[in-house]
Amino acid sequence: MPQESYIHPPVNPETKEFWDATKQGKFLVPRCPDTGKYLWFPRRVSPFTGKTNVEYVEGKGTGTIYTFSVMRRSKQPYCIAYVTLDEGPTIMTNIVNVDYDTVKIGMRVKVTFKDLNDEAALPLFEPA
Amino acid sequence: MSIRGKACIAGIYEHPTRKAPDKSLAQLHAEVAAGALADAGLSFSDVDGYYCAGDAPGLGGMSMAEYMGLNLRHIDTTETGGSSYVIHVNHAAQMIAAGKVDVALITLAGRPRSEGMATGTAPRIYDQNAPDVGFEAPYGPTVVNMYAMAAMRHMHQFGTTSEQLAWIKVAASTHAQYNEHAMLRDVVTVEDVVNSPMISDPLHRLDCCVISDGGGAIVMVKPEIAKSLNRPVVKYLGGGETIKHLNGGNVDLTYTGARNSGPPAFEESGVKHEDIKYASIYDSFTITVLETIEDLGFCEKGQGGKFVSDGNLISGIGKLPFNTDGGGLCNNHPANRGGMTKVLEAVRQVRGEAHPKVQVPNCDIALAHGTGGSIGTRMGSATIIIGQEDA
Repeated sequence: MPQESYIHPPVNPETKEFWDATKQGKFLVPRCPDTGKYLWFPRRVSPFTGKTNVEYVEGKGTGTIYTFSVMRRSKQPYCIAYVTLDEGPTIMTNIVNVDYDTVKIGMRVKVTFKDLNDEAALPLFEPA
Repeated sequence: MSIRGKACIAGIYEHPTRKAPDKSLAQLHAEVAAGALADAGLSFSDVDGYYCAGDAPGLGGMSMAEYMGLNLRHIDTTETGGSSYVIHVNHAAQMIAAGKVDVALITLAGRPRSEGMATGTAPRIYDQNAPDVGFEAPYGPTVVNMYAMAAMRHMHQFGTTSEQLAWIKVAASTHAQYNEHAMLRDVVTVEDVVNSPMISDPLHRLDCCVISDGGGAIVMVKPEIAKSLNRPVVKYLGGGETIKHLNGGNVDLTYTGARNSGPPAFEESGVKHEDIKYASIYDSFTITVLETIEDLGFCEKGQGGKFVSDGNLISGIGKLPFNTDGGGLCNNHPANRGGMTKVLEAVRQVRGEAHPKVQVPNCDIALAHGTGGSIGTRMGSATIIIGQEDA
């Protein structure tokens, strides 16, 4: 039960490595090497240090729902959510492959990809 | 340095239109400007500082300065969504106190209703180059579901209920019945709100603000000019502003930027919470009000649900009369930006010019708070405290 159609993410020089990996079924998480902290959303400049040295490392692709909402007024209802990754950052996503009435804060979820085009597959989350 | 009392609000105007198919956007800006200047007893030729935000057409301040024939020595087009105009009041006060501006004009206008915009329920890409866009836009963030996620988390963490949120709408509607220009004038009950259609869980249709055309304007002047005008003096006492964002992924949707914009406003003004007789609180959704009231310190974090219940926000009944014009929830939300109208009703209250049925007695000190962007991602927050001449 995903959205009827997805807005395709614009891929730019800063995010190409992230999106290329999605085409291989890999979920990368940005990490600030100086602080060791993971961050979101992908970018090269660390919001913790201001340095252009953020690296993208492969994540576990698992996390916990922080909050969510089911949009009832679109042609097809969909569930937007923030998921707190096991690496730490909380990220925006959709929860899919689930009965929306069973979605709860605290639910364990894992990444799955929706192929969009030649450039990108979209990371979504489903019950783990 | 405190700028308490070093600038005054001399003129205000709210456009009576709620649907303006027969007017252009620039025309609406100019009409509200003319209205506020007339209210102050000033004219376009007196204005030397101009403030507008992203709703202004063309090149914003440049286009509107030309259209209205302004001769400026100061321009500020700070854009923080619906909070812009409250931030503009802060910035204008700072510039007036610094001697850089004598007469500041702030305008807002928009016609989303005439333009048929699906404001709240359709995802929009504002800018392909926005750094967040690829990691948010594909997931269908809309205005409503982003605020809904904040409400969902607040409920989970603090036990807040839909019935408690509904009290905010009940209070707004109780006030709106006296506003002849309000879009929604029927008084509603808690049951009406929770039984209205679900838009995005847990927010119902009546948890959401209206979509309207219209606009408003504010004229601010130095105190010497304010005293020479034939209007009640409304003093700027203090303000604060901030940007709250997702903080590298360290997300907490249970609080707003008011946590940081409120304290400097109280400190600069020397005002205590119990001195605030009236508060205009940004009300894009009921949850916006609830979190903001907590973050401004009117109650403890997590206690907002209890605080807003049982009519505590209704003028003449509750401890904190709010949005006595009906607010964004019932009156209007021009250009999908409610910061301007928040300031306007606070000024009416301090002047004693609110509708008699909702006017707070001896309203010597009032607060106005603006929220912009999204409580679910990145937001501008601004707080001002204003008062009567002897406040």
